[in-house]
Amino acid sequence: MSLSISLTVNGAARAVTLDDPRVTLLDLLRERLDLTGTKKGCDRGQCGACTVLLDGRRINACLTLALACDDADVVTIEGLADGDVLHPVQAAFLAHDALQCGFCTPGQIMSAVGLVAEGQAGDDPERVREGMSGNLCRCGAYDGITAAVLDAQRRIAEQGKARAA
Amino acid sequence: MNSFEYVRPATIAEAVAAGAAPGAAFLAGGTNLLDLLKGDLMRPTRLVDVTRLAELGRIERLPGGGVRIGALVRNADLAHDQPFASDFPAVAEALLSGASAQVRNAATVGGNLLQRTRCVWFYDVASACNRRAPGTGCDARGGEGRGDAVLGWSEACIATHPSDFCVPLVALDAVVEIAGPAGRREVPLDLFHRLPGDAPERDSVLAPGELVVAVRLPPEAAAFAAHARYLKLRERTSFAFAVVSAAAALRMEAGGIVAARIALGGVAAKPWRARAAEDVLAGARPDGTVFRRAAEAALADARPSGPDATRIELARRIVARALALAAAGTPARVPALPASPFAPIPGAAAHV
Ligand SMILES: Cc1cc2nc3c(=O)[nH]c(=O)nc-3n(C[C@H](O)[C@H](O)[C@H](O)COP(=O)(O)OP(=O)(O)OC[C@H]3O[C@@H](n4cnc5c(N)ncnc54)[C@H](O)[C@@H]3O)c2cc1C
Ligand code: SF4
Ligand code: FES
Ligand code: FES
Repeated sequence: MSLSISLTVNGAARAVTLDDPRVTLLDLLRERLDLTGTKKGCDRGQCGACTVLLDGRRINACLTLALACDDADVVTIEGLADGDVLHPVQAAFLAHDALQCGFCTPGQIMSAVGLVAEGQAGDDPERVREGMSGNLCRCGAYDGITAAVLDAQRRIAEQGKARAA
Repeated sequence: MNSFEYVRPATIAEAVAAGAAPGAAFLAGGTNLLDLLKGDLMRPTRLVDVTRLAELGRIERLPGGGVRIGALVRNADLAHDQPFASDFPAVAEALLSGASAQVRNAATVGGNLLQRTRCVWFYDVASACNRRAPGTGCDARGGEGRGDAVLGWSEACIATHPSDFCVPLVALDAVVEIAGPAGRREVPLDLFHRLPGDAPERDSVLAPGELVVAVRLPPEAAAFAAHARYLKLRERTSFAFAVVSAAAALRMEAGGIVAARIALGGVAAKPWRARAAEDVLAGARPDGTVFRRAAEAALADARPSGPDATRIELARRIVARALALAAAGTPARVPALPASPFAPIPGAAAHV
């Protein structure tokens, strides 16, 4: 089988021919597509720094084979903002001081976007913490992260209502 | 990482043919396989990507009340399937207590069954390990013994199977449907994983090319829905493998136990069904004394594989506590912290 795949990354169609079958989605994004917002922490599924949305669902890009992403739709941290307007989760992370060094932040934000879309956590901080447990933060910014996720979720729900009205 | 050929079959027959070649491995969610490849712990020469086999992606209700779960159904999708979770709540709770949301979104039913041990020496290529490199020995022997088996282990290997999902499944008599070069066959999950004996390198009964196509739960399994729990002791609250775990399911009538299903995780190279404990409970009134007796029966054959026998008592306590929680009734929704041993038992004193 050829090592050529086509996928959509942040809304743009990309055709990629890989030089090696071993490339992960994380390495494809960072090293072939120059999208370095997605971070490599552990490279083993244990830290969440590499979280992206694959066909709308949060996954660890480090444990995803790039070849298996043929025809997939990928959204990374670079694809969240609308021009200069931040995504509500990004805005909430700023408002709640939900980071210190920032290394885990792209993964935290992508994970939070996935969590809100899943709609399982509601406004229960315990469910939010559990739902975000795949994202480690060495700086321990967890309080701010939980507050930001809850706040962003509220704002997204209000936007949804405003649009429906 | 070893390099490999990548193939993406379009049918089960093609997948089986491609997977039967020497050196081939199936790729599903990749959450375990990629980890193993990166560590050079498995060195397949061909990856057979089965994720495009759409027919393996369905959850089907069977006439009479059972369910057939396709091997490619993602762990998260199964746990959040409302009809499934209300009929088999302990399975949903076990799934949600495993890994992280990201891993569960990618991990599949088949891959979860076939994930390999988390024995730390297995994970270290510099260590002797009969499971990874047959005949080299076992550096886990004489180690600190935190993850070691207490049931069904052999001199060759004392590793445990890490799956949470498999524990309630084996308690509820799940059956594995397999497609292979010689056609289709079915194996009860209880007989699917192998005890190590003198061939620990073989985790399961699958032959080369054999593909798990589905896991089935029989209609009787849903009869336990009102009293079914999974309980998992971990070294931290969330996102950790089990130290020991237990699934407990009771069928209750007029305040008495009519039938019980119990299995343990983290104690053996397979999810461990505890039939002797089930027999203790059938016909009994639910109380702490009978739960403790059942727990003792469950671990009656246990023996430590290293210097530390603590995990045997931990396992007994997790079984007894899972039974108490099951008797109190399945919560309307999987708790915020799934399978947490810190959750209070309704009606019990907070301190004993
Ligand atoms: C950080 C981390 C934490 C985790 N924590 C937990 C936990 O707490 N509890 C828990 O239970 N699990 C945990 N897991 C393991 C996780 O559940 C497994 O990695 C996952 O279920 C494997 O599924 P997959 O589809 O990704 O399999 P893959 O990685 O694609 O495959 C795994 C193995 O199964 C084989 N295989 C896959 N599908 C089939 C099939 N249909 N037929 C035959 N063979 C097949 C593959 O060849 C491979 O050998 C964790 C994983 C990670 C990375
Ligand atoms: S216990 Fe089993 S898996 Fe662990 S080192 Fe020994 S042989 Fe390998
Ligand atoms: S880099 Fe992927 S989870 Fe850590
Ligand atoms: S902000 Fe530094 S790791 Fe999270």
